[in-house]
Amino acid sequence: MTSTPLLSVRGLRKSFANLDILKGIDFDVAAGEKIALIGPSGSGKSTCLRCVNYLEQPTAGEIFLDGTRVGVSTAPTARAMSNRQLAPQRAQMGMVFQSFNLWPHLPVRENVAIAARMVQGLSRAEADALAEAMLAKVHMEHKCDAKPEQLSGGQQQRVAIARALAQRPKLMLFDEPTSALDPELVAEVLSVIHELADEGRTMLLVTHEIAFAREVADRIFFLDGGVISEQGPARDILANPNTDRLRSFLRQLAH
Amino acid sequence: MDIFWTILIGLLTSAGITVIVTISALFVAVILGLALALLREFSGKAWIRVAVDAYCELFRNIPALTHLFIIYFGLASLGLRIASVPAAILGLGLIGAAITCDIYRGGYASLKRGQTEAALAVGLTPWQTIMLILTPQALRVSLPPLGNYALQLMKDTSIVSAIAAPEIMFQARSMVTSSFQTTLIYATAAVIYLVLSFPLAVLVRRLETHFGQGRA
Ligand SMILES: Nc1ncnc2c1ncn2[C@@H]1O[C@H](COP(=O)(O)OP(=O)(O)OP(=O)(O)O)[C@@H](O)[C@H]1O
Ligand SMILES: [Mg+2]
Repeated sequence: MTSTPLLSVRGLRKSFANLDILKGIDFDVAAGEKIALIGPSGSGKSTCLRCVNYLEQPTAGEIFLDGTRVGVSTAPTARAMSNRQLAPQRAQMGMVFQSFNLWPHLPVRENVAIAARMVQGLSRAEADALAEAMLAKVHMEHKCDAKPEQLSGGQQQRVAIARALAQRPKLMLFDEPTSALDPELVAEVLSVIHELADEGRTMLLVTHEIAFAREVADRIFFLDGGVISEQGPARDILANPNTDRLRSFLRQLAH
Repeated sequence: MDIFWTILIGLLTSAGITVIVTISALFVAVILGLALALLREFSGKAWIRVAVDAYCELFRNIPALTHLFIIYFGLASLGLRIASVPAAILGLGLIGAAITCDIYRGGYASLKRGQTEAALAVGLTPWQTIMLILTPQALRVSLPPLGNYALQLMKDTSIVSAIAAPEIMFQARSMVTSSFQTTLIYATAAVIYLVLSFPLAVLVRRLETHFGQGRA
């Protein structure tokens, strides 16, 4: 393992009203590592991912990206950051949502290019070139001028992945990127994610696609009861679950 | 026939005032209403929300005529004399801002949460998110109801005759008092309103098919 992990999560807790969803999550992700986060519905996988880039404000705990505290400015005193202050930190993490969340009023190219101009400060020509390169990566370069509504779900999700890639992120966060898709469209999206994994990108991936997790992930975290109740190398943990909870969870998914 | 031409020309001249009042009040309403809606939705300050809500209630729940009388006669009695046409524009514009503010708020409310989240996630600031992602979409959703409002406004300009703004109905009434061609004059006025509103109505239908709910 390298010296500083790319992502460190320490004592992460999150409650909604009186409901404790995350009850103390700790983990490190090394640069280039691919982590699959699995767990029952409602166990807090999305919440955990959204706490990493502070779309949810953690109730307690610390997130470090590349050694820098996320969401809290430390000098002169520790203070929660505003959304405006968070923007440059979020820009370092690409996020792919279950429901794609493309911006319907913008053509595909602009969906990918807009943050490159506004956040990275690229010129229009540079941003468009970057967008087209990223769209080529997800095999969507032929749809640059289309509107999102003209695309299938699988195509929209690939554009959403290109949009995240255009951030040149240190870390990619995927929240069940294929669960809103018709079954026949899942493969095209998984194969794109697979290609990204092969490039050595750092990824934190929430998924119910266990076969895919086994193939792509270095480690698997099983989130259950508000904690990571089991974790380990993908093959080990899936072949020999330690707890009944994970065993029955895997059996359910197999059906 | 001579009488008819006199009537028509007289009314058409005043139709210019109707058009000017409509367009100017519309301009005030769509700009001020958008500013109010932005403040209401995104300022994050409770007192601003309360103030905007109070403004909207105040202007929607008091008759337009009352507002016009306050601006035209009321302010004049306080020493602030505003000519009838600017007073009409101001009054209808201020009332309109309350209406368009509601329309825009509906537009913002129709957007999914994921739109904002995706924008913040790529590193856009809240201001960029509002201006580049949310407002363009909210405006599209708002266009058909804004068109309907414009149509309504054009017809409502007739009430500014009550503060002597020389628009179509004011002109019609003064012509009736002098010529007694009551039916002919009001019928001609009706036709002029129809001619003014028809293109606007067609435009509104177009907007509805293009940007109606469920598409934007
Ligand atoms: N904003 C919120 N307000 C209140 N409760 C919330 C909120 N977001 C999530 N929750 C609750 O927190 C729990 C965990 O939600 P989360 O979406 O993180 O689960 P998940 O593991 O991603 O589930 P799924 O597999 O269904 O996506 C759920 O019970 C959910 O209802
Ligand atoms: Mg989820």
